Amino acid sequence: MSTASAAPTLEFRGAAPWRRAIRQHGWTIAVWLILIAMVPYWRSLSQQDFKFDIQALAIDALPLCFAAMAQAVIVISGGIDLSIGSLMGVINVLSAREMVDMGFRQAIAFSFLVLLLAVLASGFTGLIITLTRIPDIVVTLGMLFVWQGVALWIMEIPGGGVPLQYSDLAIGDVGSTGIPNAAVAVFAALLIVWVPLRWLRPGLALYAVGSNRNSAYLSGINVARTRVGAYMLAGVFTGLGGLALSASSAIGDPNSGATYTLNSVAAVVLGGVSLLGGVGGLIGVIAAAYVLTLSKIILLLRGTDPNYANVYQGALIILVVVIGGLLTRKTRS
Amino acid sequence: MTAAPEAIERESRLRATQRFLVDNPVVVLIGILVLLFVLTDLVNRNEAGEPFVTWNQLSTTFLVAAPLGMIAAGQTLVMLTGGVDLSVAFTATAAAFATSWQGGDGTVQGIAAGLAVGLGIGLANGIGVGVFRVNPLIMTLGTSSITFGLLSIYAGRSFEKVIPDLVSTLGSDRFFDYLPANLILWAALAAVLILGLRYTGYGRMLYAVGDNEVAARLAGVRVWQVLVAVYALCGLFSAIGGLLLVGFTNNPDLGLASPYLLQSVAAVVIGGTSIFGGWGSYSGTIVGVLILTVLGSLLTLLDAAEWQRQVIYGSIIIVLTAIYARVSGSE
Repeated sequence: MSTASAAPTLEFRGAAPWRRAIRQHGWTIAVWLILIAMVPYWRSLSQQDFKFDIQALAIDALPLCFAAMAQAVIVISGGIDLSIGSLMGVINVLSAREMVDMGFRQAIAFSFLVLLLAVLASGFTGLIITLTRIPDIVVTLGMLFVWQGVALWIMEIPGGGVPLQYSDLAIGDVGSTGIPNAAVAVFAALLIVWVPLRWLRPGLALYAVGSNRNSAYLSGINVARTRVGAYMLAGVFTGLGGLALSASSAIGDPNSGATYTLNSVAAVVLGGVSLLGGVGGLIGVIAAAYVLTLSKIILLLRGTDPNYANVYQGALIILVVVIGGLLTRKTRS
Repeated sequence: MTAAPEAIERESRLRATQRFLVDNPVVVLIGILVLLFVLTDLVNRNEAGEPFVTWNQLSTTFLVAAPLGMIAAGQTLVMLTGGVDLSVAFTATAAAFATSWQGGDGTVQGIAAGLAVGLGIGLANGIGVGVFRVNPLIMTLGTSSITFGLLSIYAGRSFEKVIPDLVSTLGSDRFFDYLPANLILWAALAAVLILGLRYTGYGRMLYAVGDNEVAARLAGVRVWQVLVAVYALCGLFSAIGGLLLVGFTNNPDLGLASPYLLQSVAAVVIGGTSIFGGWGSYSGTIVGVLILTVLGSLLTLLDAAEWQRQVIYGSIIIVLTAIYARVSGSE
């Protein structure tokens, strides 16, 4: 964030604005380039129609995109949330249990109620963290189990369902143009929820608190309110992720969210958000979520044992963090 | 200055007691443990018409607690350095599988295979965290994911599962009717750990690194070596826990140690070890393990559903950490 105040010096050095943009957004651009570079290889393996493939990718990646966006907001604010996956599970079983007998309009109305619940639940976690001053990781580890228990309480074995039209929101496309609804939903959430906040006071406060809590406090930012706000904002994305699970699978499963905590952290790291907080954005994280999903799809297409996907994913996460760490160490010295 | 001298004395004595309890959380914890035992006893008398606190039940409690005690030992060491190891559960499971896989070729080979797997995963974690400076959370989640993937591939293939007799004996037998074999191992390792943490140079370095890594480095501690050793030890302890578990159940399966991940963190947190590192002890963890085990029996007696257990365990972690933060913060 210090680059903003150093703008005149940069001008003096004669740095072109585009060069600065590349330096600032280099990681994001790189992740999108990786995603694009993967496409030809993917296409060479796939027997399906391109439209169909894009659709499948968008649907497959939808819950992870939202989970990663939620994680990114919290990591940018300087925290980490291990309970995102299990809260998604709660939203999934709750919506699937209630929506099974609902009409489409009712289901939409109920979705807003569920989103509100997710915001409150996530805000509650944030409130515990700021009030008790216990580190994020302990509180969210505890909440991970609380939400898992709540999900089991709501629904012990997979069941429930959603109206057909509702499920179409995730698996359909926009007026049969071939643009998948699932991708539209992700970018709509980005534009409506994140972009306005990012460039206004709350967004700036979020980055300030994430990069240095003390300086943020000394510059008059209400740190506690910002951190709880970050958790509530993450709650919006977590709720959307849970609803995406219901819509895309048309079933409620108390364990459905289990894998999303780890994968959201992976996407956040791969997407260029520093785990130390205050650095990165959501656009790179979305690309990272697609890269992770696509790498899984490619492995399956190549006939790899699905269990190896865990192995590769674990190795990929570690590799990305190691490389990222080495890069930042180099630029610092 | 109007207060009577006795009142002042009483107040200072109260404060001294409070300080003593803050410095020695183990005393408070043992109190909680005894209370839990009494409560469980009352519930059992009420529900089943017989006492819970019998020699037999006490010995069973230790028998059941020992694997968690081992896994939580590794977790304590890691958390003392300010890290956390989320791979302990699958490390334990992998060690159990390795032992039952090599067990047919001989007891020594079986046990060596299990311990080697634990040590290997621990070393990988340690190198990632200590040398490449990867966030412990990410590193151990990553290795956990890799271990689980490899495990589910190899567990799917059929092979003869032979649990060496020594492992079964250690995991489930009792001497003189009441002395669990695994308690002997646990007690021996616990003594080594507690004394080692307190009196050896390495033990003190571990606290130093956890308390202030930069200061430790400036004081000449090779931080990366301490970290590599700590994660390797954690892997080894998890493997021992896995062996005790498989000796108890006699049947390795993929979910063998899964519940122990949260419980190991919970036991350490309940035992008063700071998640920031640099403060805590294994003796606290031992009482934490026993508290969790008795609580588990109590919940079973009360016929608690799985979801209730999860919520209770999760809440305990948060509430106890909050209390510790409040108490040590007021110091």
